[in-house]
Amino acid sequence: MKVGLFVPCYIDAFYPRVGIATLELLERLGQQVDYPLEQTCCGQPMANSGCNSDAAAAEALFVRNFERFDAIVMPSGSCAHHVRDHFDAIPQTDAVRHVRAHTYELVEFLHDVLQVRAFPWAEFPHTVGLHNSCGTLRALRTASMSELGEPPFSKPMDLLSGVRGIRFATPARPDECCGFGGTFSVAEEAVSARMGLDKVRDHHNAGADYIVSADSSCIMHQQGCAERAGIPLRFIHIAEILNGARE
Amino acid sequence: MKDKRIDHAGAAAAFIADAPHLAFHDERLWDMRQKRDAQMHLLPEWQELRTLASQIKEHTLANLPDYLEQFERNATRNGIHVHWARDGAEHNRIVAEILQARGATTLIKSKSMVTEECDMRPYLAARGITVTETDLGERIQQLDDQLPSHIVVPAVHKLTGDVARVFATHYGTDPNADDPRQLAEAQRQAARPVILHADAGMTGANFAVAETGTFVVCTNEGNADLSATVPGVHIATLGIERLVPRMSDLGVFVRMLSRSALGSPITQYTTHFRGPQDGGEMHVILVDNGRSARLGMADFWTSLKCIRCGACMNTCPVYRRSGGLSYGAVYSGPIGAIIDPTFNERKYSTLPFASTLNGSCTNVCPVRIDIHDQLYKWRRVLVDHHQMPFVKREIMHMAGKLMGQPRLYRAAIAGAETALGTLPRFALYSWLNPWGKQRELPHPVEETFHAWYRRTRSGNGTADTGR
Repeated sequence: MKVGLFVPCYIDAFYPRVGIATLELLERLGQQVDYPLEQTCCGQPMANSGCNSDAAAAEALFVRNFERFDAIVMPSGSCAHHVRDHFDAIPQTDAVRHVRAHTYELVEFLHDVLQVRAFPWAEFPHTVGLHNSCGTLRALRTASMSELGEPPFSKPMDLLSGVRGIRFATPARPDECCGFGGTFSVAEEAVSARMGLDKVRDHHNAGADYIVSADSSCIMHQQGCAERAGIPLRFIHIAEILNGARE
Repeated sequence: MKDKRIDHAGAAAAFIADAPHLAFHDERLWDMRQKRDAQMHLLPEWQELRTLASQIKEHTLANLPDYLEQFERNATRNGIHVHWARDGAEHNRIVAEILQARGATTLIKSKSMVTEECDMRPYLAARGITVTETDLGERIQQLDDQLPSHIVVPAVHKLTGDVARVFATHYGTDPNADDPRQLAEAQRQAARPVILHADAGMTGANFAVAETGTFVVCTNEGNADLSATVPGVHIATLGIERLVPRMSDLGVFVRMLSRSALGSPITQYTTHFRGPQDGGEMHVILVDNGRSARLGMADFWTSLKCIRCGACMNTCPVYRRSGGLSYGAVYSGPIGAIIDPTFNERKYSTLPFASTLNGSCTNVCPVRIDIHDQLYKWRRVLVDHHQMPFVKREIMHMAGKLMGQPRLYRAAIAGAETALGTLPRFALYSWLNPWGKQRELPHPVEETFHAWYRRTRSGNGTADTGR
């Protein structure tokens, strides 16, 4: 299987270690991974703002970069959601359909496609609170949703359970959105920041040392809120833990 | 003159700045969401009920003209006067005519979102008719001259101290006596004489049944039953989407309404109105007010399935932290944000953006309205109709161009002051500035992933045009 790695723009710029961990982890698991150097963005910021025609150039570029791969993997639920469910600023050619059908968020790729459960190299002796982004939770459905009353399941939890020494803390409102929301974070600054503060407090009160997530955008926002409020939480992407980050 | 856009973000910021109100509002509504979850867990068939409810509503909406006429025939046979109102103005005129023909000058009414839509109270007041809301929360809002902030609990944004102040002003009670029981009693004392001597009564309707020509009103205070039965003249006003085809369909909705709304198994009162009481009169006004046009909107017609339970508001993390009044509209919260723009696209153009698109609203909706998908689609429509503020529109336009050109993109994030050149930097930065008001920026890194990859994996990668 030829795997194409997409590293979202904000991870590329602000969290390169998340991209590195994703690449190394996939390679550890025996995957042949290629990172097309001409990649930029999936088009989500424009499309989520309603400016769909402005997403066309990014979407076309994305398809040119990734159409030759069997699987396109990215450490971001919201980007995967965009490609899979909203990628319609450009004509739906065979190449576009192929890309949309073969795009995976990292956790679901590991869990469903590679079906990995053990990460013998990974040890994380800390108490972590899991933050499922709304993209992974309600769009990609990598975990059960509290609103639906469905039997509990959690793909990220299945993976993290394969890490030695890890302990979990459960916040009071585990499915509550953290308030990032892309451009919402600046257009609705007050609500966004308040949601972020409530979210990190909830995890802190539950006893978490770390918040772990499959989405760095939520982390960027929550980390910003926690640091400003002086809440002693640390933040880490799930790829880093699964790749054996010790901290 | 163009309508001003609702400043949801500004109003929400003001609401958040008031810590006690924010905390109460968030907790109270979250508690309703929790109780709703508990009720859902008690009914293993909950998801089936949602599907069934959605199918019944979609079927009804797809055949609405037939069901409306069937309702009219059967209601008329039951002795009910049926009126048709194309819009709010026509609705208000019909109400005034009914009242004036009987020399009525006092009207008691229970809560009805349609009458809020039609802005009925000021219209009647100007014609010498005194309207008294009998629902406690709605009465508080009437006295305080505010819209309901929630479609089920209209004064939920107020603390008991706020209510005490409102009652002190209007009822002369002690402004510091904020015990809920005392406040409810004050309202009862003030309302009872008005109810007993009113010339006419008005209610909304939660459901109207086509095959029987009857309608159902669900309340917890019983005030609707007083409004409907005490004066002898009962006017019920309802949107044309309130219909269900058969009596047997009601079971699906009655089981879901209060469980979704308050997390209680059923409302205290579920009253079926079948016709006028002896010697009395009953009127039903079927109100369109934009609903037919909405029914014709391919992406948004299913918003008409709404049964006004408010579950989407209770679960919405944005609504809970911004308060219903911040939406500046009759309908607030997620459902409001997808309905309001059909009333006034410019004025309510900001509301579909007052969401993180998290999707919780869609999951709790008892009639399976894809609320967050409709919020997403509204954004496209509003941008296409030039309703996005200029600076944000330009930023998106430029970002889109930049993202399509890897070389320029690499140059831009390397810090070069190119690429965003056509937009003055101050405009971009003042738009992004709010990030730092209550949040730290991400920590600087030594190199991007892209640079790391090129440095450590040279020879790897394809089509290298970046720097």
